[in-house]
Amino acid sequence: MEILIDIKDTITVEEALAFIQAPECGGEVIFAGTVRNHTKQRPVLKLFYECYEAMAISEMQKIAAQVAGKWDVQRLAMLHAVGDKYPGDLAVVIAVASAHRGVAFDACEFAIDTLKETVPIWKKEFFADGEIV
Amino acid sequence: MGILLFGAAKDIAGVPVLDKPEHITDVATLKAWLYEVYPSLQQLRSVMIAVNRTYAADTQEISSQDEIAVIPPVSGG
Repeated sequence: MEILIDIKDTITVEEALAFIQAPECGGEVIFAGTVRNHTKQRPVLKLFYECYEAMAISEMQKIAAQVAGKWDVQRLAMLHAVGDKYPGDLAVVIAVASAHRGVAFDACEFAIDTLKETVPIWKKEFFADGEIV
Repeated sequence: MGILLFGAAKDIAGVPVLDKPEHITDVATLKAWLYEVYPSLQQLRSVMIAVNRTYAADTQEISSQDEIAVIPPVSGG
């Protein structure tokens, strides 16, 4: 399985899609996580993402290894953004390519669910009312 | 090597790095010391310790050569 893992200020769906496209793959599944303009009905101005980069990369590599062990997936891209992010901005992209779509859906869901549980990245929410959580 | 702090743990301590006291030689002792010095950490849903960039069990021993980090609940994605 070919793997692209990156954490940086700005990420794009295009770079993830370009990486996973391959002649042997007929199914590409992409999860794009963007910044919402509210949390529980409270308006959000922006998010700030920070990470423990060395460990975050290591944990993302562990997720990729699990994906490779569980599913017949040919390519996986996992990108996460850091810094100030505003509503509509892209925060995370998981892109998976396999010969057929079924395993790509399963692997993509597993990868984003596990990322949210284990990868040391934190967001701070800046609410319109001034509170920062 | 110091103790790295991130997210809510960094905000509670007010600094990104702490010096590790000499008497701390395992994860359980480190957690007890952190909770004593920064009681607000107990209000977090969880506090994990990473040793050399891997989540560590309470029984894991730590030395001054290890890279130690305090990991509050993660919230990526």
